[in-house]
Amino acid sequence: MKNIDSNGHVRGESLFIDDIITKSNTLHAAVLSSVVAHANQLQLDISGALSFPGVEAVILAKDIPGENQIGGIIFDEPLLAEDEIHFQGQPLAIVVAESNFIARQARKLIKVTCNQLPVITTAKQAKQQGGFINPPRSFGMGDVEKAFAECDYVFEDEVFSNGQEHLYLETQGAYAERMENGCIKLMSSTQGPTVVQRITARVLGVSMNKIEVDVTRLGGGFGGKEDQATPWACMVALATHLTQKPVKLILDRHDDLKMTGKRHPYESSFKIGLDKNLKIKAFQAEFLQNSGAAADLSPAIAERTLFHATNSYFIPNVKTVVHSCKTNLPPNTAFRGFGGPQGKFVIESAIVKAAEQLNIPAWKIQKANLLQENDELYYGQIAENVEAQNCWSQFDKTFKINKIQKEIDSFNDTNKQFKKGMALMPICFGISFTNTPMNHARALVHIYQDGSVGISTGAVEMGQGVNTKMLQIAAQTFSIPEQLIKLETTNTTRVANTSPSAASSTADLNGKALLKACQSLLERLKHVVADEFSVGVDLIEINNGRVFIQQKETDWDWNKLVFEAFWKRVCLTENAHYATPKIQFDKTKEKGHPFAYHVYGLAAITTTVDCLLGTYEIDRVKIVHDFGQSMNPGVDMGQVEGALAQGIGWMTMEEIAYNNDGKLLSNALSTYKIPDVFSIAKDIQIESLKTEGNDMAILKSKAVGEPPLMYGIGAYFAINNAIKAFNPQYQCQFHAPMTPEKVLMRLYGKNSS
Amino acid sequence: MIEFILNNKIIKTDANESITLVDFIRDDKGLKGTKIVCREGDCAACSVLVGELDVSHNSVKYHTITSCISPLANAHGKHIVTIEGLNQNHILTPVQNSIKNNNATQCGFCTPGFVIAMTNYCLNPSLNSEEQMLDCIGGNICRCTGYVSLVKAAKDIISQTQNKGEKYQLQELISEGFIPEYFAGMALKLATIEPKIPNNHSSNIIAGGTDLYVQKADELLLRNHARFIHSESKSSVKIQNGKCILSANATVSDLFHNPELIRSIPELHDFLRLVSSEPIRNMAAIAGNFVNASPIADMSIFCLALDAELTLQSSKNSRKIRLKDFFLDYKKTALQKDEHISQIVFNIPNKSAYFNFEKISKRRNLDIATVNSAIYLEIKNDTVLKANIAIGGVAPIPMYLTKCSEFLINKEINLGTLKQLLEILNQEISPISDVRGTADYKKLLANQIIKQHFLKLFPDSIKFEEVL
Repeated sequence: MKNIDSNGHVRGESLFIDDIITKSNTLHAAVLSSVVAHANQLQLDISGALSFPGVEAVILAKDIPGENQIGGIIFDEPLLAEDEIHFQGQPLAIVVAESNFIARQARKLIKVTCNQLPVITTAKQAKQQGGFINPPRSFGMGDVEKAFAECDYVFEDEVFSNGQEHLYLETQGAYAERMENGCIKLMSSTQGPTVVQRITARVLGVSMNKIEVDVTRLGGGFGGKEDQATPWACMVALATHLTQKPVKLILDRHDDLKMTGKRHPYESSFKIGLDKNLKIKAFQAEFLQNSGAAADLSPAIAERTLFHATNSYFIPNVKTVVHSCKTNLPPNTAFRGFGGPQGKFVIESAIVKAAEQLNIPAWKIQKANLLQENDELYYGQIAENVEAQNCWSQFDKTFKINKIQKEIDSFNDTNKQFKKGMALMPICFGISFTNTPMNHARALVHIYQDGSVGISTGAVEMGQGVNTKMLQIAAQTFSIPEQLIKLETTNTTRVANTSPSAASSTADLNGKALLKACQSLLERLKHVVADEFSVGVDLIEINNGRVFIQQKETDWDWNKLVFEAFWKRVCLTENAHYATPKIQFDKTKEKGHPFAYHVYGLAAITTTVDCLLGTYEIDRVKIVHDFGQSMNPGVDMGQVEGALAQGIGWMTMEEIAYNNDGKLLSNALSTYKIPDVFSIAKDIQIESLKTEGNDMAILKSKAVGEPPLMYGIGAYFAINNAIKAFNPQYQCQFHAPMTPEKVLMRLYGKNSS
Repeated sequence: MIEFILNNKIIKTDANESITLVDFIRDDKGLKGTKIVCREGDCAACSVLVGELDVSHNSVKYHTITSCISPLANAHGKHIVTIEGLNQNHILTPVQNSIKNNNATQCGFCTPGFVIAMTNYCLNPSLNSEEQMLDCIGGNICRCTGYVSLVKAAKDIISQTQNKGEKYQLQELISEGFIPEYFAGMALKLATIEPKIPNNHSSNIIAGGTDLYVQKADELLLRNHARFIHSESKSSVKIQNGKCILSANATVSDLFHNPELIRSIPELHDFLRLVSSEPIRNMAAIAGNFVNASPIADMSIFCLALDAELTLQSSKNSRKIRLKDFFLDYKKTALQKDEHISQIVFNIPNKSAYFNFEKISKRRNLDIATVNSAIYLEIKNDTVLKANIAIGGVAPIPMYLTKCSEFLINKEINLGTLKQLLEILNQEISPISDVRGTADYKKLLANQIIKQHFLKLFPDSIKFEEVL
């Protein structure tokens, strides 16, 4: 089944926030943000802006009726700056005017004075000065000190991975309308409608039931709209509250880039110990997370880094620690993988370091340490239904690792200017919000008396196809044509207290709730048939829109059945709730069973480097991916392909740059480059792992959003290997992204970081 | 007054001529299918088709532009097609179907732009290869799909737009549902629109707007009386007596499509593919690239090596200046206040000439160069007769390497010459560190690029191992 939005998408008829036909008295907002990264004694002279023709209001922190506080996990982030400024791009004032153009012009007239303070942009600087978001977290198993002492080989090094801009094509935005009795309806491009509702209520000083949040779809999210869609929604709600008129705010790209946080840069260090058989006996890592100026989701992201610090490997002695370091950058936030990619890049770097020193291909170490059934993950969960070895053996059978390696070696033997490199990248990614209380969802299903069906869930559609999957679940459960079913917008008045669409688990959580709701309704409808035909309920089946009794077709179809049920005053609405069973995590011990299941896979990436110019191409990507039993191969394959490109982008060309003043230099699409059609691999082959699937996944179809992003890490090491083939003196450096600049400098033996 | 046809409707408007076409389409006309993502031409989500009458006035030729950096004025006399103008009642076009069937739409925000870009491929009878299809969609950015499915869709479309190797013409495209019926009468409709009267009084000239609208769109809106030279007359590229003569509004695409130029510079397409993307090349005036005076301007580098000469026109008189004398300092040119470039002339490489263009950037396509360079050499009896080398990104201006170029005269091409040349190069350039790279990197890269020129042009004389 194709994405149910695809018809609207290809015709340009799908509605995004900026496409909604607004009310004629709508005002438009523009946000003034700070051009300094750290200051106090902030003063704003808004007189010029206020008197600019067409300006309706200029809103400052003091105008906020409730709390000037948008922090989620920690209450440390104001909606609008009061006395202090903590990053460039921090919102200071909201200009509300008749048009967006006027608002932008008036914004320039606000005079800002403040007392500038020293700026910190790196995690190391922050750590030295004791600037942390929260206390460090540390996970461990076994005794690393003892184990290192017994190891045949021990290696240490430092690792840096840069941030990443989400670059959702639709910028952040929201539209607020005043309803009666002081209520406000918000249309928001958010992954977390409830977050928007809760924080807006807090800012306005009203109860949550006064705020309705409606989400049709997002033009991409990738984590960037999990928490950071909230401020803009709060701002339009605040402006509507103060002006009593509808207000719309769509960030332009430059504002979006400089005001919003990104994937966290990590400055890390590791120590790895192996025995003669290449078994990793001990692993130690310290992660310095550059959290930016406020907590945002950083503590949760830091936690997931620890969970994924050993990737797909069993290591008996592990000690990891993560510090969320407070810097003067925009608060960094969720991004597909949520700290997992940063963790995996460090263990893979450690393996590559060891392989370099031992003069063997890294994949020999990877292969020797893959997780096996019933291994204990170092956070206490016993690995079940492990697919790491299965992925590897299926991969080797299909794609033949030795053959790939031989082809590369013989190419490198005969070519001088061009060198090829290959790297394997196994993944193991835990599915569930690591914060156990978030793992629940609800679905509301109405069967209308004409037989058509309306479905509301807490899932937000952002291109990942979750609504398509929801529709499939209902169509399959009822066994009715898809055309009878409609997916409603995600709305806090229909489905309340939702978790954000995140952690790859949206389809699982909402789908399981929906499945329960549909099953309950089906049961009820079968009872109607049972009563009418005086047969047992278990003899009744609905198949393809027809009612069957003991496999014999009756003269009742779905419509007749629904109408009869309605006439008999049977409830045709069901609301169901699902909470993931089994999962738990004890933060006092840092042990537990936090994940419903894990997703596995293995990728091989090959590249060619031009050793004169330092440019490179990704030649091939071969993947065996653990989809479970994919319920929609078209949608799921798209997730793998898209995540792969994003992961390769993170590791190669996507380079976030701030200067020492905390100014974003990569502040436009002309200076921040994401993969285009020419930069993707010419040859991408993705094979599904042959597997039974996992019952914890919806219809045994495993979560797919985030895990494949981490295949992209292979691109870094593939290029790294090509450099090594040209320059044997090159000592591996673990400083991503691998831009053409780094490649050239490494080819010719100079350090660059 | 601006007059044009938007989809199947005639538009006559007194709207501010300086507003961007996308704002006019979305806000004034309420057509929301065209999306805004970057407002700097870097993603093509806002792509629209532009149809222009061909010289014979019998048919309409289509290309794409990014409507976010194109002034409304430049739509004058054209057929502007948005996604709404392609939609058919009740059915999808084959392009739309291919995207849907290949799962090539996820969030949907880039999708209308891709439909426009792929339909552009269908509409041009001269386009018939995968490479040309990739040119059409090369400027379109998608953040969701990783392009695999989009490329599959594109390939499907290539096979659907031909019958036994013959590319569909307009009538077949209509009967096969690629475009609606109203396209058939478009040439007649466009022929009735009078050309725009030149606003000769204004020295405030806007051509393609591809630099100006990126830098200061709001400012342009507040300024009055700009002169939009793209809307006044058709651009021209003439070849005469071994010279290429460009009108002031000639675009990069005008060069790209010139058959005589392709003959004398066989790699022209490979070179120009490195210059922004097709929709931008369709708008960007070469003269504008000079006037903007960016130190890494691709066309400045390209034309410096071809020793271009400019005609500068003021209200009173005109003068000629060589491009290498045009750039004075960072973003400062020899252009006087009331002057504008009215013509560009450069020599076409002759048979004894060697020409090469190289550009390195973070992303190969649609990116700003870290370092770019062009070289032009004429060689007789194994010695260099004429040499022009230009390099960008290593000085405050697009740099003509005077000393390097002079040095090469009367030299033989060999390793020794190259090594000496590189020493001179390193004295001549002065790169600085910025977002595109550190000074050290740019210096090394400049050396590597010069080596690359020689490796590419003289593979028999110089080997890769020797230049390490």
